[in-house]
Amino acid sequence: MGQTMAEKILAKAAGVKSAAPGDLLDVYPHVAMSHENAGLVSKVFKTIGVSRVWDPEKIIIIFDHRVPAESDKTAAGQKAVRDFVKAQNIKNFYDINVGICHQVLPENGHVRPGEVLVGTDSHTTTQGAFGNFATGIGATEMAAVWATGKLWMMVPESIKIVTHGKFRDGVYAKDLILYIIGMLRADGADYKSVEFYGEAISEMSVSSRMVLCNLSMEMGAKSALVPPDGKTLDFVMSATSIPFEVIKADPDASYLQTIDIDLSDLRPQLACAHSVDNVKKVSEVEGTPIHQAFLGSCTNGRLEDLEIGAKLLAGKRIHPDVRLLIIPASWKVYREAIKKGHIETFIDAGAVILNPGCGPCLGAHQGLLAPGERCISSTNRNFKGRMGSTESEVYLGSPATVIASAIAGKIVSPEGKV
Amino acid sequence: MKYHGKAFAYGNDINTDVIFPGRYLNIFEPSEMAKHAMEDLDKEFLGKMAPGDIIVAGKYFGCGSSREQAASCLKASGISVVIAESFARIFYRNAINLGLAIMVCPGISGMVKYGDILEVEPTTGQIFNKSQGTSANAKRLPPFILEILQDGGLIPHLQKSIKK
Ligand code: SF4
Repeated sequence: MGQTMAEKILAKAAGVKSAAPGDLLDVYPHVAMSHENAGLVSKVFKTIGVSRVWDPEKIIIIFDHRVPAESDKTAAGQKAVRDFVKAQNIKNFYDINVGICHQVLPENGHVRPGEVLVGTDSHTTTQGAFGNFATGIGATEMAAVWATGKLWMMVPESIKIVTHGKFRDGVYAKDLILYIIGMLRADGADYKSVEFYGEAISEMSVSSRMVLCNLSMEMGAKSALVPPDGKTLDFVMSATSIPFEVIKADPDASYLQTIDIDLSDLRPQLACAHSVDNVKKVSEVEGTPIHQAFLGSCTNGRLEDLEIGAKLLAGKRIHPDVRLLIIPASWKVYREAIKKGHIETFIDAGAVILNPGCGPCLGAHQGLLAPGERCISSTNRNFKGRMGSTESEVYLGSPATVIASAIAGKIVSPEGKV
Repeated sequence: MKYHGKAFAYGNDINTDVIFPGRYLNIFEPSEMAKHAMEDLDKEFLGKMAPGDIIVAGKYFGCGSSREQAASCLKASGISVVIAESFARIFYRNAINLGLAIMVCPGISGMVKYGDILEVEPTTGQIFNKSQGTSANAKRLPPFILEILQDGGLIPHLQKSIKK
């Protein structure tokens, strides 16, 4: 019987011929990524009793969650990691001036099709956009990977999502994945692997595919995969010369469920407070006042997202009662946005630009919300208190919905404006 | 492995942000983490809980981020076991790796009230609600997961195999 992408990739990384859902495998990941929580990983690692990490080339550490450090505690944690990186000779360390881990990984050639990547961040699933089985693990488990180079994994069942038709104007990958999460619910893909197919997925940029795989975590997915094509290979091969093997699903692979989605009906979507599966059409909540708008994050802080924002903001000012925060996902994106004039457009419109990193997305610093405030955000989580006060609200939408709303001072649909 | 304590009962989809808020993620000391356990969900949790107490929840406990502080803050606060209808994948792994016992028991949230006294045995899956006089059986954990839990978590488990 045929196998899904997840089954084939995991079997290969475990050195076995084939794998089926429920199999427990010892998997040898190709890349192990951590961010500031490398501080916790290294602390646990030191208790194991091995002196050197298994492979200093395969460990990647990227500071992004609190850059630059917002407190002395964080500063001390970051310093401890810098010292560890030097002592262990870890080659791929990215300090506070590079960007968000999920963007920095592919930009620097660390994400390759057919491989397994583990990261101490739940949105590690983002890298499935490149046909890579990428999944999140905890810090203690990562410490064990650093020591042994392996971890146990249960081979997941797979869900196949097939799109039909094309997106309407003003509707994007973000709207599609929010719609799917609303349908399957927050635990609809718990322990499962998701695969995306359809004409619109093939036509989509690599950046938009990353949006789908990033947000698949919000329905619990262990991994989310897009089969590699010419666009994937162009991207990966311009970033690395390390050889890899493209792995696709067999035509007769078996799926737990196949979901067909007709894009011609799809309109802009919004995840309303306080859960990502509380999804409504933007038109249903239109007119709700907002106090802050945020364009950025590992979900929607890439060049194409900033481009949409710049198009909508050109020659305009944001609403006087709204604060607009913009964070390019990486310094590379930042530079390109400067060259294209987007950053100037943003500043002229009254936006505040912050250092590439997570910013207010996780409520640790930079632009938090007061009780009673509401934010429209291009990020991926809106749990209670996620972006500041537990009495504030976060609504999640596409970059176009975020910027159109920042101009209007209230939630509005971007349809007819882009 | 037998635990006895009062139950803190919660609903579905309890996420890691309310178990351990993101603003504290720069804390790496378990005793410090314990001071913020359940902070954004149940302000009375820390005042009421005693070592050995048990969390009972509905579906998809621990969804959201991969932060293992969500499991370690509960363990450090003295929670002995978390019983839920189902768990989010990363929380499930983190709990096992940190040696925090967990039990998957569909239907459990309907039979336990906040404050009930429970007696549970993770190795066999038996749950006895002493306050209500009812009992339930959780799914059996795979043997190698039980072994990690019995060793006290992944690190002691690994240390054991390194010494061998
Ligand atoms: S931008 Fe937000 S979701 Fe993405 S890695 Fe940072 S904190 Fe996590």
